[in-house]
Parts: sequence; structure tokens; C-alpha cells
Amino acid sequence: MSWQWFHRLGSPRWFYEKTSVWLPWLTLVAGLLVLVGLVWGLGFAPIEHKQGNSYRIIYIHVPVAFMAQAGYIIMAICGAIGLIWKMKLSFMVMKSAAPIGAAMTFIALITGYIWGVPTWGDWRILDARIVFMMILLFLYFGIIVLQAAFVNRDSADKACAVLALAGSVNIPIIQKSVDWWYSLHQPASIKFSGKSAIDPSMLYPLLISVIGFYCLYLVMLLIYTRIEILRREQRTQWVKDLVAQHYHK
Amino acid sequence: MQFQFDSLMDFWLMDGHGPYVWSAYAITFVVLGVLVIGARMQRRLFLQRQRKALRLAEQQLKQNR
Repeated sequence: MSWQWFHRLGSPRWFYEKTSVWLPWLTLVAGLLVLVGLVWGLGFAPIEHKQGNSYRIIYIHVPVAFMAQAGYIIMAICGAIGLIWKMKLSFMVMKSAAPIGAAMTFIALITGYIWGVPTWGDWRILDARIVFMMILLFLYFGIIVLQAAFVNRDSADKACAVLALAGSVNIPIIQKSVDWWYSLHQPASIKFSGKSAIDPSMLYPLLISVIGFYCLYLVMLLIYTRIEILRREQRTQWVKDLVAQHYHK
Repeated sequence: MQFQFDSLMDFWLMDGHGPYVWSAYAITFVVLGVLVIGARMQRRLFLQRQRKALRLAEQQLKQNR
């Protein structure tokens, strides 16, 4: 079995050149999906009889919360791959995932808080899931700051990978928090086996929105990773050529 | 599937929940916008600095001849 593809995948230049082709298309798909999902959810999904129209925040809140967590797992896995196989591209992706994940977590917390005001009448409420999402945000900040704290790039990568992996226990806690503790958040409505507890007319725009935000996350991750590649590979000829090309068009 | 509101004004007001829904959506797009613009700026700054550095290196070479 040829591991060539795996090692080629580890080449920053190959990654950069391949993504140059795919990025515009992925961006288009992401934009369309998010647009369709949100417009559908805002204007065409039926009103929720208990909560009223404020529930429409769900079409942002749920996808973004998924991405905050999935993004952390992606970051941790990249850290692990970097540590095990010493693949520098993996560390570049890991570094890029941090600010995007932090943004997603922030949006999840803010939209959740805004949604909570008309729903529960009070903004000072915390439950288990909210607390652990805040911890997730601090983990992301920790990784961003830790990257900047080291002079030696290899040390920075390794330290951040360790922190990312250590913090990944937070993700199953966030997932299970609604089962373990009394929570404001309801238990999972979307199930992969059996029937979902949410009505199809609300579920379909939600799913489209989730997929759209996944694609959007991927687009952002690729954009930031590409910049990191240019930075770290700036001494190579292909990057120098690229810079020269950029100015002599 | 039909539009759930009687008019665009109703859509904007969202039965009183307008401020919550629209501020949530607005903050989302602002933060996403910051991410995108941040990336653009980083890339531009990098290219500018690299160009300067390369030019300096070229000048150095010419001087050393």
C-alpha cells in the first residue's frame, strides 16, 4: 500500500496549489448553502408556538455551536498528527483552526445569550453547557496566546498540540452536559438513528444551514492555512516566485 | 412552503422578537466579516513585507558585485 498520498498531503506546496483550484468553488457552495438555509429558516419555516419568532436564532446558533466543537476536534487531531508524524502542515492547520474556532464559540455564546433573553426572561443564566462552552472559548484563546508566546516555532507547535489534546476532554463533556446535569438546554433533538424530535419543516433548513456552516468553516480554515504556509515557507523558491508574480502581473 | 409573514414590515418586526433575531444575525455576520477581513489583511501585509525584503536582497546583490 503506497503511503505516497499521505506524504504528499504533508507537502505545504502541494496543499497550497491544490486549494488554489478548489477554494473559489467551495466558497460559492458554502455561501449558497448558508444563504438558502438562513433565508428558509428566517422567512419560510413555521413559527414556533411556545417561543415565537425568536427561535429562528437556532439557524445560526446550532450550526455555529457544532462548528465550535467540531473545529476543536479538528484542531486537536491536527496537533496529534503533527506530534506523531512530525508533519509541519498539520501544525499549520492546527494553528489556523484556533481563531476560527474561537470566533464560532463566541458567536454560539452570544446568539445563545440573545436567544435566552426573550425565552427565559433573564440574561444572567448559566447552565452546564454554557459554562463548558465558555471553557472552550478560553481553551481556544489559550492556544492562540501560546502560539505567540514561544520564540521557537517548533516549541510553540508542540505546546499548542499538547494543550489542544488535553482540552479535548471538554468536547464529550459539552455533549453530555445536558444529560448529566439539569440544564436549560434540551437533550439532543437531532438523532442519527431513529426519528428526530424536531419537525421536518424546521429540520431541513437547519440541516442545510449546518452543512453550509461546515463548508464555510472549511473555507476559512483553508484561507488561514494558506497564509500560514506562505509565512512558514517564505524562504522557498516557489513562495518567492509567487510573491514576485503577485507584483508583476 | 410559504412565506410566514404577512408583509416585509412583519418580517422585520418578527412579532416583537425583531431586535433579538436581527441583532443575533448581525453580530454573526460582523464576526465572520472580521475573520475574512483579518485574513485578507494578513495576506496583504505578508506579500508587502516579502516584496520589500526581496527588493532589498536584490539591491544587496547588485551592490556586492
